[in-house]
Amino acid sequence: MSAHVAKVPTLFAIFGALFALTILTYFVALQDFGWLNTPIALGIAVLKASLVVWFFMGVRWNTPLTKVVVVAGLFWLLIMFGLTMSDYLTRSWIGVPGR
Amino acid sequence: MADASHLHAHGHPSTPLGAGAAHAEHHPRQQHHFYSMDQQLEASILGMWIFLVTEIMFFGGLFMAYIVYRTAYPDAWAAGSNHLNVLMGGINTLVLICSSVTMALAVRCAQIGSRRGQVVNLILTILFGTVFLVVKYFEYAEKFEHHLVPGPHFDPALPAQQQIFFALYFIMTGIHAAHMVVGIVLMLIILGMAWKGRFGPDYYGPIEVSGLYWHFVDIVWIFLFPLLYLLGAHLGH
Repeated sequence: MSAHVAKVPTLFAIFGALFALTILTYFVALQDFGWLNTPIALGIAVLKASLVVWFFMGVRWNTPLTKVVVVAGLFWLLIMFGLTMSDYLTRSWIGVPGR
Repeated sequence: MADASHLHAHGHPSTPLGAGAAHAEHHPRQQHHFYSMDQQLEASILGMWIFLVTEIMFFGGLFMAYIVYRTAYPDAWAAGSNHLNVLMGGINTLVLICSSVTMALAVRCAQIGSRRGQVVNLILTILFGTVFLVVKYFEYAEKFEHHLVPGPHFDPALPAQQQIFFALYFIMTGIHAAHMVVGIVLMLIILGMAWKGRFGPDYYGPIEVSGLYWHFVDIVWIFLFPLLYLLGAHLGH
């Protein structure tokens, strides 16, 4: 079998990074950055999720087809968020009842 | 899924002796519709990812509801968040990260043919998953005691919109916990297979794809933790 075997130091380095980022997201959340609090928290979460997907789930060593499926899944999720919020966030633009 | 491979573990009974030299070299776990073990593993991983994409959309719908209602009631959302137990949520986040690294180590042990390593790491993964659920139990019990469960017994002093926050809190963490239960059952099955020495460098598809599921459930929590527990933390308690 030609599949990639992850190195133990790599796995523990990712583990350490995930641990540190969890502590970081807690202390960052205690500070008031105004509207930036949520983007910062989400940025850290996306970074943590990416580390899990790329190394623990081993997408890094998977076929291009699997990578496309992963990215497509996230892309479709963003389509759902984007189109739904383009509705909810713009309803107040026109002053008609039932918005 | 690849679990079904044992159904075809008996090779090709219709192949006459000597006529199928190529077939004779087949790994016993290789199903007849795959060219090679590599292709079989790639197909298993791809199939699992297709399933995980449907899971992304499933949880995505809940996150969508979260975004819509948080946009509508930002103050109730931040205040509701401050009723959650950050310590318990944080501990659970770290517990799940521990379970993910033991899961990744278990897959690695299968790849290098260490039966003992697989068994130890799978048991640790199951234990971490169980710790998560136990902590979750105490968290839920605390919410019931504090009248934070939506419905007729919800604390009347709190704004009604906070009921929507807590409804989503219970639905999202509840469905996540249900996924944890499924994951633990899955890991018990995989542990049984690993115990029997089913996996090795040539064949480890089931433990690998089950691991993908486990990591996915971890990722959902990575988003739930800041979005539910931490969003109002900067406003103080």
